[in-house]
Parts: sequence; C-alpha cells; structure tokens
Amino acid sequence: MISRINLYKLLPWAVTCLLITPILALILSAFQIDDSGSFQHLIDTVLWDYSLNTLLMVLGVITLSCIFALPVAWFVACCEFPGRSILQWALMLPLALPPYIIAIVYTDLMDFSGPVQHFLRALMGWQQTSDYYFPDIRTISGAIIILSLALYPYLYLLLRGAFLGQSGGLFQAARTLGLSPMRAFLRVSLPLSRTALAVGLSLIAMETLGDFATVHYFSVSTLTTAVYNTWLELGSLTTAAKISSLMLLALVILISLENYSRRRQKLYQGSGSTHTELRFVLQGWQKWGVLSFSWGLLFFAFILPLAVLFYYASLYFSQSFNLSLWKYTLNSVWLATIVASLALLIALIVNFYQRLSPGVSAKATIRLSSLGYALPGTVVAIAVLIPFTSLDLWLNRQLVEYGYSRVGLLFSGTLFILVAGYLVRFSAIAVGSIDSSLAQVSPSLDSASRTLGQSAAQTIRRVDLPLITRGMLSAFILVFIEAMKELPTALLLRPFNFETLATYAYQFVSDEMIEYAALPALLIVLIGLVPFIVVSRLMEKSS
Amino acid sequence: MFIKKLLTSAAIFSTLSVSSFTAYAEEVNIYSFRQPFLIEPIMEKFTKQTGIKVNILFAKSGLIERVKREGKLSPADLVLTSDFSRLMMINDERLTQSVDSKILTENIPSQYRDPQQHWFALTTRVRNIYSSAERVGPTPNITYQDLASPEFKGKVCMRAGKHPYNVSLLASVIAHEGKANAKTWLEGLKANLARKPQGNDRAQVKAIKDGLCDYALGNSYYLGKMLADPQQLSWAEAVNINFPNQTTTGSHINVSGVVLTKYAPNKASAIKLMEFLSGETAQQIYAEANYEYPVNANVAPSELVGSWGEFKADSISLSDIAKQHRTAVKLLDEVKFDL
Repeated sequence: MISRINLYKLLPWAVTCLLITPILALILSAFQIDDSGSFQHLIDTVLWDYSLNTLLMVLGVITLSCIFALPVAWFVACCEFPGRSILQWALMLPLALPPYIIAIVYTDLMDFSGPVQHFLRALMGWQQTSDYYFPDIRTISGAIIILSLALYPYLYLLLRGAFLGQSGGLFQAARTLGLSPMRAFLRVSLPLSRTALAVGLSLIAMETLGDFATVHYFSVSTLTTAVYNTWLELGSLTTAAKISSLMLLALVILISLENYSRRRQKLYQGSGSTHTELRFVLQGWQKWGVLSFSWGLLFFAFILPLAVLFYYASLYFSQSFNLSLWKYTLNSVWLATIVASLALLIALIVNFYQRLSPGVSAKATIRLSSLGYALPGTVVAIAVLIPFTSLDLWLNRQLVEYGYSRVGLLFSGTLFILVAGYLVRFSAIAVGSIDSSLAQVSPSLDSASRTLGQSAAQTIRRVDLPLITRGMLSAFILVFIEAMKELPTALLLRPFNFETLATYAYQFVSDEMIEYAALPALLIVLIGLVPFIVVSRLMEKSS
Repeated sequence: MFIKKLLTSAAIFSTLSVSSFTAYAEEVNIYSFRQPFLIEPIMEKFTKQTGIKVNILFAKSGLIERVKREGKLSPADLVLTSDFSRLMMINDERLTQSVDSKILTENIPSQYRDPQQHWFALTTRVRNIYSSAERVGPTPNITYQDLASPEFKGKVCMRAGKHPYNVSLLASVIAHEGKANAKTWLEGLKANLARKPQGNDRAQVKAIKDGLCDYALGNSYYLGKMLADPQQLSWAEAVNINFPNQTTTGSHINVSGVVLTKYAPNKASAIKLMEFLSGETAQQIYAEANYEYPVNANVAPSELVGSWGEFKADSISLSDIAKQHRTAVKLLDEVKFDL
C-alpha cells in the first residue's frame, strides 16, 4: 500500500520521469561511440561561430524583450491613460502569431525585392544596391528583432501579473520617502517582480535556443543549425545529441545560478491596496510617450503582420480555401486543448509538490520537467521516438510470444506520441506560469488553513487554487497557443492523414509561398485569440 | 499473470484505438520528402486506376530517422525523396529492400537505378545557371567553375550551401576535381557572392530581376513553375536559363527517387505504385505539371522544357557523387560558406 504521503512524492516524480525519459534517451545516445569524427570536425571549423551566434541571439532576444515588455507591463499595471484597458490584453496578441510567419512577413516587406525598398527606389530614383544603404533583414540583428517581437508577450504577461499582485502601498511608501516614480519602480517594483522576470526571461531564452525555423529563414547559423546539420546531413545522431546535451547543460547552469542568487528572497503579496486603486493618471508628454510606445510596439508586433496576412489571404482566398481547412482546424484545436489541459495538470502537480515539501527533490522536478522547452522541435520529436518506439517493439514481441497478434505502433504511430512530444516541449511554459503565480501566495495562508483543521488537499483546493486562478488560466492559454503554432514536432510525429493548420501552412512556407500560407496562418492566429479574449474579459470582471 | 492481463487490455485497446486503416481494401503508406501538392495529382490517378488508397506523410527532415526507430513495425512502405543524397542515406542505413520488377528495369535506364535494385530515380533535374537577360544575355559556354573567377565578383546569388541541391553540386565537383580544387572553387564562389546565401531557388531569380546580382544557381524546373505563375512571370522573364559545362564535363544532374522500405507492410501494393510512378502516365504528370525531366525514355519533357534545348549531362555516376556527400558538407563548414 502506498501511503498518501508517498503519493505526493510519487506522482510528481512519475510525471517528471515521463517528461525526462526522452531527453535522457537523447543524452545517452550522446555517449555512444562516434567514429565519424563529426564532433571534432565541428570544433575545428564552425562550432565557435555557431556558439557565438547562439549567445548573441539569446542575449539579444532577452535584452530586447525586456526593453519591449518591462515598460508596457508597468504602464498598463500601474498607470492610467486612455485605452489602457484595451492595451492590457492587446499587448499579449503577438503570442498568437507563429514567429516563422512574422519572419516571412517582414522579409517579404523589407528585403531588396520587397515593397519597402521598391518604394524607396522609385521615390529616390536609385537603381541598384550600390546606390543606397538599407539594412539587410536576413542578419542576426534582424532575427533578434523578429524573435523579440514574437516572444516579448511571455515576459509582459508574467510581469503584468506580478505588478498587479504587488501591494500598491509599498510603492506609495517609497514615493512618500522621496523617491521619484522611476527610482521607486527600480528599487521597489522591479525587485518585487524578480521571480516573474526570471521565469519570463528563461522561457524566452529557451524558446530562442530551440528555434530553428526563424534563424534558418534568416540564414543565421546557431547551435541548433549544427544539431540539424550533423544529424541530417552527416548522419551522426551522436554528435547532434552531444551538442543538444551541451546546450541543455549551459541552460541548467544559467537557471540554477539565477535561482541561487534568489535563494534568500521571499516575497508574498501582502493584503491591502493593490496598484489597481492607485494608478498614476498620466498627463501631457508622459501620456503621449506611453501611448506611442505601447501602440508602436503593438503595431509592429501584431497589427502590421496581421494586415499583411489578411491582404494575402483575401487576394488568394479562392485558391487557398478548401473544405479540408475545417478538418485541420478541428485537429489543431482538439490537440491544443488536450495538450494544454495535461500541461496544466503537470504544472500543478510539480508546483504543489514544491509547495508542500520544499527542497531539492521538489526543485529538481520543476527544473527537469521544464528541460524539453530548450530543445528544437525536431530534436524533441526524435528524442520522444526513441523510448516509445522501443516500448512498441517490446509490446509487440510480448504479444506475439503470448499468442496474440501484433498491434503495430500503438504509442509511436498514433496521436499519443504527438501529445507526448508537445508535452515534453511545452510543460515548461505551464510550470513557469504556475511557479510565478504561486510564488506570490504567502505560505502563512496555508499554515493558517492547516491550523484551522484543513488537510493539505483541502488547503490546496480551498486556499491556493482560488488564489492562482489567473496563473492557471494564463498557463492553459499559453500552452494552447504554443500548441496551435507548433510545427517541427507535429511534422515529424503526426500519424498518416493528420494535418494541423501549422503543418498545412508549412507546405507553402517551405516553398516561400506566403500567399498560400496566409489563410491557414490567419486561422492559427484567430483561434489563438478566442481564449485570450474570453479570459481577458473574465479577468477584467474579477479584478 | 499480470503481464498477460496487460497484454490482453493492450490488444483490446488497440482494436478500439483511433486507427485510420479502414475503408480501402488495399493501401500504400508513403513517407515523403517531396511536397504533397507535387505528388498528390499522381497519387489520385493511381488510386483511380487501381483502387489502392495512398497515405502520405510529408516532412522536410527526420523521416529516415523515423523509419529507423520504427524498425520492423514501421508503417511506411515507400520513401520518396527530392534529391539523391537522401536516397543514398536511407540505402546506407540498410532500411531498404531490393525490388525485382521487370517493369521498373524497362522503364528506368540503368544509370538511374541501383544495380542491387534498392533505389530508383523517378525524375531528373539540372542545376542550371540563370543569367540576367538584360545585363548579360544567354551564356551557353558558362561553367560552374566560372562562378568562382574574379570577373564575377559581387554578381552571384545562391541559396544556402548546405541545401541538398548545392551539397550535391559540390560533391560532384569534388568527385571530378578532388577535394583541394573543390575547396579553391568554393572559396572563390563565396568571394563572388552578392549577398550571404539565403532564400530558395526562386528568390535568386527574383534577385536577378531586381538587379541585385547577374548570375544565380537554380534547378531547371523552377523556371517552368515561375513562368506558369502570373505573380512570378516577370521574374522568370528577367533571366536566361543556361546549361553549364557544355564544353567540359556536362551539366550536374540530380534526381528525385523512391525506395521500398525493408519491412514494408504492403509490399505488393507498394511495388505496384513504384511501377506506376515509373510508367508513362505518372511520368507525363511529372513532366507537364512539375517541369521535371522524366526518366522514362518513352516520355518527352514538356514543350516548355523541351524548348530549352538538348544539353550534355554530366555522365558521372550518382553513386560516385553520393560518396562525396559528407566531404562536401564538411568542406562547406571549413570555408564557412553560409556564415
């Protein structure tokens, strides 16, 4: 008999093991003997360039995302200005756009043959490239800008939640003690949001590390490029696994360092007034500054790319509209819903394990269950295939031995493996989201509840869960949208005759036919927006 | 007997589980590197003619690895590739089986199939050099080697060196001239690029139209596709198509092809489909709709493709080129071609 106490430990570890097995399988294959000399070849040639590019990408994207997300999160949480209630949810919208689609839209607009440069040439009478200077979008800076536009909402979402949850009184006290709003923000609000900042930035860093489609499209070679090349062109899974493992190791060290530096920090929202009652009313140039920054960001990250998609989708509607689109839409929605629900469940299990028995073991489940997010989708797909195909082969052997007929690829040939792959990749988002919102619920509330005779389970149900409703909704939506957009895992793991909107759009994207990809891409965005808007309304009501 | 219970429930579960293997008496499953819209019209014809349903799974990468992992249980009967290196890769992994078919040997000339009958090419395409119609005009004597000579500085555009089409071209240069000469050529080519390698083959033609460069490498069938697309017609009209190395080794040829997987569950139907793909009906569609050169000698290229004229093809064997594939990939790293 497993006692209830053990169940608390067993469940989170069981879940973590499921998520980590594929990655372990991959790491194990990194230790196999590799006689192709691929790894040495990489070290001798391009590995350092790739590493430097990767470092620049990650640093660039987290810096720029901060520059985008921090100010707007604070504006909508703590200031009052016209249109604030629209902006506060509109600023999350770019999440619904797949980064590879934003990349295509912008290269289409900005490259030499695009409308922007055509217009300039016509206007100024320039003839060829030598006549004028125009920044090349297919560079590392271009890739950094595009990924930041696509990813800043993660940080925005978490920071806004943190700022809203903070006690406005603290900020007011700092102001009363003579600090300017800026200094009060830097010395009070920002340190209080450090968990959200750390979680947001690590999610963005992971997504950047794992990105292949965007950097590939911009002809920027990163470590992910090296993983693809060594594995697919040189046929060395061992070397590819080595590079992936090193990337994971670097990431684990980084995140652990950040956590270590926060080890003494404990923050919980006090009672009392929140920012919502004490918003600054912005006037004059401040108001205009805030408005132009926020709307400018939204314009470039969402409105413009969406307009381009609308333009192409309407222009090519008759060619790209067909009845199969409904089927693909249903497939996408159904898959995303299942994945988002399961990811939320996983996130609650590991986070409450940490809540009930904080310590190394609990920390480990949180870290380990999040690792998959930093791996490129194709690598995750292969990693997931390793254990599940082995399981299938074993199961079929056993069946034949016991006189039954074979059942084929029960796990790896069905939607099961697709869901598994998505979970390995996206659990991190839900785990981070719940982590960040639970961090603000003081354990003294739990203690009070336990003192009043409630069991641990009752405390979770009656105290903690209601307090992190917003975090749970965010976690669900974020994973839902990611699953709607996900491409490489879907391409490689889907069963026959199963297309999602993303895989369907990709048929055209891979041939740079943006005009045909526009309609399915637009559907991905619009469907991603539905839960957004519903939940924003709910949150508005609750606050 | 816990394990027995487990297996019984697994057996029951599997019969209830979502399975798409119904309705048709016979089916063939394809893992395809070739895009669906290229091959779907052909498959529709096949189903119409034989009643055999075709299921296609399309991906750009990782399919060989998937077949390998699935082992004996892999549902894939055929793998369709869009270039020769992938064909050889799956062959080298020993994931294929030989097909003894008289129809295939009759339809496909010997240089386009494996002597052991493990792989079969279905179409061929040329790696052409496109030149600006306005600034250069037709250059019938141009060679791949010219692209590396100093007078072409800043005038050449191409897609990523690591793309299979370019890797194969480089591998053929290595096979002809040796690694050292190929490296010199690659460095010269890199020095002549008007911009970092980027985009696809069509994007290079577009760049010529816009005056960004005068020469570009690209596959032959792209010109046909662009001429057929009203949006891209003006790009295509801005270039001349040239068949390189006519006075030397001949133009570099790549192929799309097919293999029968080692554990194909629907072997008989799969072989029927292979035969169909090499037959006149399918070859006609490849030629007319995709502007590729059919391997079947009884089928002529489309009128447009035919109008580009006869040309001398490189006669080096595909296997010799494939042997240099890894060397080519490593060479691209050595000269940091795509960086």
